[in-house]
Amino acid sequence: MHELAVCRSMLSQVARIAARHRARAVTRISVRIGPLSGVEPDLLSQAFPFAAAGTVAEHAALVIDARPVRVHCEACGHEAETGPRNLTCPRCGDGRTRLLSGDELLLAEVELLHQATDT
Amino acid sequence: MCDTCGCNVTPGNRHLLESAHPAGGREPVAVLQGLLAENDRAAAHNRAHLETHGVLAVNLMSSPGAGKTTLLEQTIDRLGGRWRLAVIEGDLETERDAERIRARGVPVVQITTGTACHLDAHMVHRALHRLDLSRLDLLFIENVGNLVCPAAFDLGQHHNVTLLAVTEGDDKPAKYPVMFRAAHLVLFTKADLLPVLGDFAPDRAEDHLRRLGSAVPVLSLSARTGDGVEAWCRWLETALDARRTGAAAP
Repeated sequence: MHELAVCRSMLSQVARIAARHRARAVTRISVRIGPLSGVEPDLLSQAFPFAAAGTVAEHAALVIDARPVRVHCEACGHEAETGPRNLTCPRCGDGRTRLLSGDELLLAEVELLHQATDT
Repeated sequence: MCDTCGCNVTPGNRHLLESAHPAGGREPVAVLQGLLAENDRAAAHNRAHLETHGVLAVNLMSSPGAGKTTLLEQTIDRLGGRWRLAVIEGDLETERDAERIRARGVPVVQITTGTACHLDAHMVHRALHRLDLSRLDLLFIENVGNLVCPAAFDLGQHHNVTLLAVTEGDDKPAKYPVMFRAAHLVLFTKADLLPVLGDFAPDRAEDHLRRLGSAVPVLSLSARTGDGVEAWCRWLETALDARRTGAAAP
């Protein structure tokens, strides 16, 4: 349950970006998370409103792009989606696979709201 | 669990978390940066700091009670005469583990995390400033006993060592793939209990580890009887030599 710590780290990065762009608020935060990152998307979503309260991202939507686990087999060259508990090649069963995706823990994009001229 | 672990919100950056109200034009900004970029920056700083002084840092992770502190005691007894050692102890509460290490005559810094379930690079950074790195060869970081959260936080260590006690299930690598994938060495501890337990199959545990695409070495040992501890110490000394000569990791 370290998702709150991850959330706070994300929000201070987001706050820095918002300050640099002189944004009034953050409306969307898009992240990419793979099951091998150790972060549970559901727990991150639950932690988000608590961590975001009172910050520049208080009203932002947190959009999580859950990445699949994909491997490339060094033995037979096959590329396939697998599960986090078994990264062996689904075709030939070889254990020498390279992870193509599944361990992402990325802040992909933020959508900023700029100072309105109506004030 | 982790809700007091606001280790990334400090008096220094709190002012950045200012409030505002939505209205007006929207601008998407691509970032593509790690979600733990702040921690990773601090970890890189720690690593540079350690390398300046030629110190090898080994992060020990496991469930609570897998025998990290007992293994450290045995390791100190065997390597303490040849290498200058120190330990950073991470625990939720108490200085009990630090006292056990201190009794062996080795410098130790205790980090009590309160309710936080892992160490992060900022905590380790503060601890490093309480050690004289110029008088060290090998620093052990004993992480908080937990097979989930510690795996996500780089501390600036050179190697992760994950302990799996044979009193736990041999399917632990399948249940905690993030932790076991992070390991550079896996130790099956309390191996003296294998004959009386009967249901932990080291081969099966290793098979679960291999299915994660991990090719790292696995050692079985018992810190109580001393069996297998020599092989662990050899692994450490190979890593120490590699660090000194700038060669690849073992």
